[in-house]
Amino acid sequence: MQFIQQHYDLITIVVLSIFLGIEVISHVPSVLHTPLMSGANAIHGVVIIGAIIVMGQAQSDNYLALILGFLAVILGTLNVVGGFVVTDRMLEMFKKKKPGK
Amino acid sequence: METILLIAYLIGSITFIIGLKRLSHPETARAGNLLAAFGMGVAIFATIFLYRDAQGAALGNYSWIFAGLAVGTIVGTLMAKRVQMTAMPEMVSLFNGMGGACAMLISIVEFDHLFHGATSASAGAATAGAGILLIILLGLIIGTVSFSGSMIAWGKLNGSIRDKHFPGGQYFNFALIGSVIVLSVLLLVQPSSANASIYFYSILVLSAMYGVMFVMPIGGADMPVVISLLNSFTGVAAAFGGFLYDNPVMLTGGILVGSAGTILTLLMCKAMNRSLKNVLIGAFGSTANKAEGEKSQGQHKEIGVTDTAVLMAYSQRVYIIPGYGLAVAQAQHTCHELEKILEEKGVEVRYGIHPVAGRMPGHMNVLLAEADVPYDKLVEMEDANQELPNTTVALILGANDVVNPAAKEDPSSPIYGMPILEVEAADHVIVNKRSMKPGYAGIENDLFFRPKTSMLFGDAKKVLQDLITELKAL
Repeated sequence: MQFIQQHYDLITIVVLSIFLGIEVISHVPSVLHTPLMSGANAIHGVVIIGAIIVMGQAQSDNYLALILGFLAVILGTLNVVGGFVVTDRMLEMFKKKKPGK
Repeated sequence: METILLIAYLIGSITFIIGLKRLSHPETARAGNLLAAFGMGVAIFATIFLYRDAQGAALGNYSWIFAGLAVGTIVGTLMAKRVQMTAMPEMVSLFNGMGGACAMLISIVEFDHLFHGATSASAGAATAGAGILLIILLGLIIGTVSFSGSMIAWGKLNGSIRDKHFPGGQYFNFALIGSVIVLSVLLLVQPSSANASIYFYSILVLSAMYGVMFVMPIGGADMPVVISLLNSFTGVAAAFGGFLYDNPVMLTGGILVGSAGTILTLLMCKAMNRSLKNVLIGAFGSTANKAEGEKSQGQHKEIGVTDTAVLMAYSQRVYIIPGYGLAVAQAQHTCHELEKILEEKGVEVRYGIHPVAGRMPGHMNVLLAEADVPYDKLVEMEDANQELPNTTVALILGANDVVNPAAKEDPSSPIYGMPILEVEAADHVIVNKRSMKPGYAGIENDLFFRPKTSMLFGDAKKVLQDLITELKAL
C-alpha cells in the first residue's frame, strides 16, 4: 500500500515509541501515579502544534478554519500550560516532605 | 531553516522521553516535568516561526495564533493555580478533554480543507486520498470520544453528574461503535459521495455520544482509571495529528503518552486489585452491591467528642486513617494540629495511608504533605497493618472502602480481594463520617456495625477542631 511506503519512517517511530513508553513507565511507585498521569496529560498537549499549523494556514476568508483553528489553539494551550502547572503543583508538595525524611 | 525546525522537534521528543522517565521517580519527578515543559515550549515556538508547508510558505495569522496562546496560557495558569488539592483529578480530566477537543477540531478543519479544496495540510492530500482521510477520521473519532468522555468524568468527579445505568447500555454502546465503523467505511470507500459531509458529521456526533455513554455507568471510585485511559486516547489522537502533518514530535509525544498511559491504567487497576474489563463494564456499584446493601443493616454505636478526646489523650498510639472525606473538608491542616497536640501529650501518632485512598492514588500523600505532616509519619498500608495490632485507637477520617472488611471476608462483594487497612486489629476504632451513607463506591461497610467501632458523626474539620479544643482543656 502506497500509504505505508510514504510513511515508513513515521510507522517505525510509532512502533519504537510504543515500546519506549511501556519501558519508561513500568516501574513507577503508586504514589506517583497521579502526577505521572498529569504529566503525560500535559505531554499529549503537543496536539497544539497541529492546531498552530491549522491556524497558520487558514485563509483569511475561511471563517470556519479561522474560528475552529483559533479555538483549537486555545484548547491546546490550556492542555499544555494547565497540565504542566498542575503537575508541578502536585510535585512541589512531594518535594517539601523530603527534608523531613 | 528546515534543519533548525527538525532539531527543535528532536529536542522536544527527547525531553518528553527523559521527562516521562524522570516523572516515574520521586526525586527527579519535578525536574522531569519542567524539562518536558521546556521541550514543549521549544517545539511550539519553532513551529510558529520555522514551519514551512510543501510550497515553502511560512505560517500566517500570527495575531490569531498569539492571541490563542495568550488566552490559553492565562486561563490555564489561573485554573491550575487556583484549583484546590482535592479537585486535582477533575482538573486533569478537564485538561485532557481540552486536548481531545483540540484533536477533534483539527480533524474537522482538515476534513473541510480536503473537501472544499482551500489549502491542503499535506502536499499529497489530494492524491493520497483514502490514507489521509482515514487519519483524519481516526483523529476525529478518538479525539471526540476522549473529549466527551473526559467532560463526563469531570462532571462526575465534581459531583454534578451522578452514576447512571441504562438497561442494555452495553448493547447500545456496541451499536454506536458499529455505526461509527460502518459510516467510516462508507466514507472511505466513496470519499467523493455527495453525502460525505453528512457521514463525517454523523461520525462526530456518534463518537461524542459514545464517549458519554462509555463513562456514564462507571462508578466514581473508578474515575482515575478512566481518566488515565482517556488520557492515553488523547495521546493516540495527537499521534494521528503527527501522521497528518508528517510531524515527528507530535507523533513521538502522542504515542509515548498513548502507550505509557495504557500501562499506567493497567498499573492503577492492579493497585486496586481489579481488572480493566471489570472497571469498564462498571460492575462497581451495580448489581452486586444491591444485595450487599440489603443484608447489613445492624446497629451502630455513637461516641461524643469529649469521650474521643479522653480516649485518645490516654492512648499509646493513635493511627489516623485519612480518606476522601478529609480532603473534602479541607481538614488536613487541622489534622496536623491534632497530631501535634497528641504528640505533646506523649501519644504516638501515625497516618495509615492506603494506596488508593481518596480519589486518586497518592492523593493522601499530596494532601498531608501540603499540611507539612512529616514524611516519616505517613506509613504505607503493609507496614501500617503490622503496627495496627499494637495501636490503641484507629481514627478513620472520611475513609470508607479502604477499611471495609468485606474486601477480605465477603467473596460476593465487588471490592473483594482489594487489600485494606486492617483497622479492626486496633483496640478501638473510631469512625468519623458525616452520616451513615455508604462510601463513593456505594458499598455498605460492615465495619460501622462491629462491636469495636464507634461512630463520631460530623464534618471532619469541625470534629477535629472540637477535639483539639477538648484536648487543650484536658
